[in-house]
Amino acid sequence: MSDFFTVSVLIATLTGGIRLATPFLLAALGETVGQRSGVLNLGVEGTMLIGAYAAYYTALQSDRAFYGVLAGIGVGFLMGLLYAFITIVLHAEQGISGIGIFLFGLGFTDLAFQRQVGTPVPVDGLPKLDLGFLSDIPYLGELLFRHNPLVYFAFAAVPALWFMINKTTFGLNIRAVGETPEAADTLGVSVAWTRVAAIAIGSSFAGLAGAALSLEVGVFQQNLTAGQGFIAIALVYFGAWRMVGVMSGALLFGIVSATVLQWKTLGIVSGAASALTSMAPAVLTIVVLIIVSRRIGAPAALTKPFDRTG
Amino acid sequence: MTKKKPLILLLALLAVFALVAAACGDSDDDGDSSASASETEASDDTETTEADDEEAMEDDEEAMEDDAEDTEEAADEGGVFRVAVVAPSASNDLAFSQSIVDAVNAVAENRELEIDITDGTFIVEDAAAAIRGYAEDDYDLVIAHGSQYGAPLEEIAADFPEVSFAWGTAVDTFGLPNVHAYTTRSDQGGYVLGTIAAQLTESNTIGVVGPIEVGDAKLYVDGFVNGVGVQDDGVTVNVNYIESFSDVALASEAAEAHLSNGADALTGTAQMVVGATGVANENDIPWFGTQSNQTALGEDIVVASQVYKWEVILEEMIAGIEGGTLGGEVYTLTFANGGLVIEYNDAYDLDPSIKEAADATVAGISDGSIETGVE
Amino acid sequence: MTATSTAPESGSAPTEPGGTDASGTRLLWLIRPLIGLVIPLLAVMAAFAVGAVMLLALDADPIEGYRALVIGAVGGWDAAADTAIKAMPLMLVGVGISIAFRTGVINIGGEGQIIAGAIASTVVSLAVPGLPRPLLVPLVLVAGAAGGAFWGAIPGALKAYAGVNEILSTIMMNIVAAQFLSFLLQDLLIEEGAIKIQQTRRLSENADLPLLPGGTRLHIGVLIAIAVAVAGYYLLFRSAIGVRLRAVGHNRDAAEYAGMSVKPSIVQALALSGACAGIAGAILVFGSESHRLIGEGGAAAFTQNAGFNGIVTALFGGLHPLFTIPASFLFGGMLTGGIDLQRELQVPAALIVALNGVVVIFVVGSLKLRTRLRRWVDGLEEAG
Repeated sequence: MSDFFTVSVLIATLTGGIRLATPFLLAALGETVGQRSGVLNLGVEGTMLIGAYAAYYTALQSDRAFYGVLAGIGVGFLMGLLYAFITIVLHAEQGISGIGIFLFGLGFTDLAFQRQVGTPVPVDGLPKLDLGFLSDIPYLGELLFRHNPLVYFAFAAVPALWFMINKTTFGLNIRAVGETPEAADTLGVSVAWTRVAAIAIGSSFAGLAGAALSLEVGVFQQNLTAGQGFIAIALVYFGAWRMVGVMSGALLFGIVSATVLQWKTLGIVSGAASALTSMAPAVLTIVVLIIVSRRIGAPAALTKPFDRTG
Repeated sequence: MTKKKPLILLLALLAVFALVAAACGDSDDDGDSSASASETEASDDTETTEADDEEAMEDDEEAMEDDAEDTEEAADEGGVFRVAVVAPSASNDLAFSQSIVDAVNAVAENRELEIDITDGTFIVEDAAAAIRGYAEDDYDLVIAHGSQYGAPLEEIAADFPEVSFAWGTAVDTFGLPNVHAYTTRSDQGGYVLGTIAAQLTESNTIGVVGPIEVGDAKLYVDGFVNGVGVQDDGVTVNVNYIESFSDVALASEAAEAHLSNGADALTGTAQMVVGATGVANENDIPWFGTQSNQTALGEDIVVASQVYKWEVILEEMIAGIEGGTLGGEVYTLTFANGGLVIEYNDAYDLDPSIKEAADATVAGISDGSIETGVE
Repeated sequence: MTATSTAPESGSAPTEPGGTDASGTRLLWLIRPLIGLVIPLLAVMAAFAVGAVMLLALDADPIEGYRALVIGAVGGWDAAADTAIKAMPLMLVGVGISIAFRTGVINIGGEGQIIAGAIASTVVSLAVPGLPRPLLVPLVLVAGAAGGAFWGAIPGALKAYAGVNEILSTIMMNIVAAQFLSFLLQDLLIEEGAIKIQQTRRLSENADLPLLPGGTRLHIGVLIAIAVAVAGYYLLFRSAIGVRLRAVGHNRDAAEYAGMSVKPSIVQALALSGACAGIAGAILVFGSESHRLIGEGGAAAFTQNAGFNGIVTALFGGLHPLFTIPASFLFGGMLTGGIDLQRELQVPAALIVALNGVVVIFVVGSLKLRTRLRRWVDGLEEAG
């Protein structure tokens, strides 16, 4: 155990935690925006997969990881429009539509990958940032200044989205249609368009999350996300629809996962205990939430379609 | 709201079409798809006679006695030997499932073979249904390529005494006369790769990314660890089972954890290692592959791969089936029978003396003078 | 937490079987239920058209493909039996989901509850393998229900008494259950053998689910699932408990005000929901070809992702336990036929997963259209 409590290992663990947290932080932030407007999207996992594949395939073809990022955002946006069309225009039940998107993304990316690529061919992922002397600071440099750009984007998005939700008219509209769509409608806010925009933003984040994942590992594979989209949804509830809360949850989950990996690497846990410690991130997320015990209600109109014509 | 609808509709349609178009669009590797297309054509003919099945089921013993005749008849009628493969992951995963698909195709290069593949059947009951379906269609050999398929296979094989089944990786034929088992001494290759890794490491730390501590993954890892220890007992091997066969992100992070603990050589086994090879690529760390030739995952960093040559035992198995032996044998890939091969990556600049020593180790394991220390 | 029932808004008709309008002309009275059938059918056909495009992209003949799919699903008694067996866990999970959702609790924990039920029933059969069959079979089913109920009650209690959102806890409990299963199958419950495979030994023959007559692989588990669906209907719509649960689901505050015990209701709903999934877990073990618990390659090796597919089934059935039965057969048929489609045409299995998603999207998208058309017909009726 003493091996674990050395500065270099602790720093490496935190760094790993930040890296692991990035994809589901991005996805969870996006989902938060959507839910604040009153739309639950259970299809995050599917959108992430499609974003991951689009980013991987684009990077593979163009040799530019940056194009991959754009592709991830782009298909995320398109999936958002599709989801908005189903749930806002067609008034379809949100939970089931999301699972439809999940299944479609899971199968479709697998199919497209087998057809277009075949065996996993590695691509050059996003380059790690090199901030010169900053990146060379012992420990701190590794922890903070040597990640790929999407990591910084994800964490920068936390205050940015907080600002958008709480300080802009658009954010006010989002909150209004998420809490009392009837009142918002009376005041002339288009419930449908506000929700479409929120979903499109949220879904673009999910697509970007997928891109962050496939470009971090530099490869695609069937079911690459392996449940991260669902973890992202859980984190929205962990954070009680607040961006900072969501970030805390993502970091908690990521750092605990990284800690477990370090313990296994150092031989602190081995054999069957290794399987038991793999439960730790999930268990701790629940336990921490019990202790913190924040009781902030969900957006009042969450999952409720709005139809002025009745 | 009504007047805005067409716009949303249009956008949504665009989204759908863009996605579908992406799938239908260009496929750069026409080699792959045309191959599967020809397989598809091949599978369409040869209707089966259901009556045969029922008769066989009604009277197992009689059917067993007629086995030899039946197979000869089948050979006379159809001419082409028909093989079906059921595998748990994608047939091009550069790992376990691909190893058997490559092998069947390799056998087909030397002789006429009709091949059908059902891959991605990680759900055991689905695999059972596929195995049963192939058996009902009177295939000559049905390969259940997954140790988890054994339990249902035991029940199915008894219902189709005239069909030969092969189950791997396993060492048990359930005492059934129509089930072959096949397995691999993946510890042998692990051992050899371990000796090479021990000579390459400068930090005296090597990392292993494993899935779950079972089956041939465990064999490989144990062999590798022993190989390192025998070569140089001053080298530490950190083994990290991530408890998943599919979580690529976790495999990637496991490799990072190894690096943070000073590892300067890595290996790993199962489908999710593509995450770990990415980390090895990025940091220019030598990688040792297993199951399939993994050079494609890192042109510059893959030193060598242990490759399963199932075709060696498949040819033997098929010859036996044609001669009337439908089962009961346990086949094992080893260095000695040429079923295990260390394939080096020519692009990796490996010291010739290390390679010579590795060849000597392979020879030693083949003639029994070297033990891997794994039971 | 606010009550977020997803049920009532879907506006789907199955919640009021039979309809309420007795008046009106004969013709319209005939047309009305037809709309309920025709629109989803059209949606399924449209989805299959998208599937046909995907098949063409894979150089496969769509007509051949769908022929293989249909024959694989319902062509002959064996195929139909396979469909029924595949429908069983979807039905059970779906009934459980219906109970939870109607109480205003979103249960995404079907996977974990299936696993918990499977573990509990497996442990029981290992503990008393010699018990005679008429006792052991019901016992393992009860153990499965108890295991699932326990696993469901935990997020229920967390929601009711600690304010932990159930979507979060059920997702996390799925991860915990899958890892716990992996642990058991590496250590305590693994079959002794030359090669370590993550599975138990063959469980007691006295716990084998009896096969139904007819020479197929159809076992009693399918009947049990249907019985549970009927029981679920009575519980929800014909019992005092059901009235209370639905009242809590409809408006938690009002129910509280009316003196109903809201918090225990939430725990009960998730426990009942988990019990249904747990029974599915037990049946998946003791009705399988191998009669054992297999976790090699991940928990989905035996749960078949029914915990998620069951949610779709439940919502397709309008969160009504009885309508979950046909919905589960639809999806069971697609999954079973999909195996044949893959085998006959040599297309990747992923196609079926994607097609399932498209079917879900198209059908759920068409439901509003159905309600609109119904209303329009109602309008005609009133006018006439």
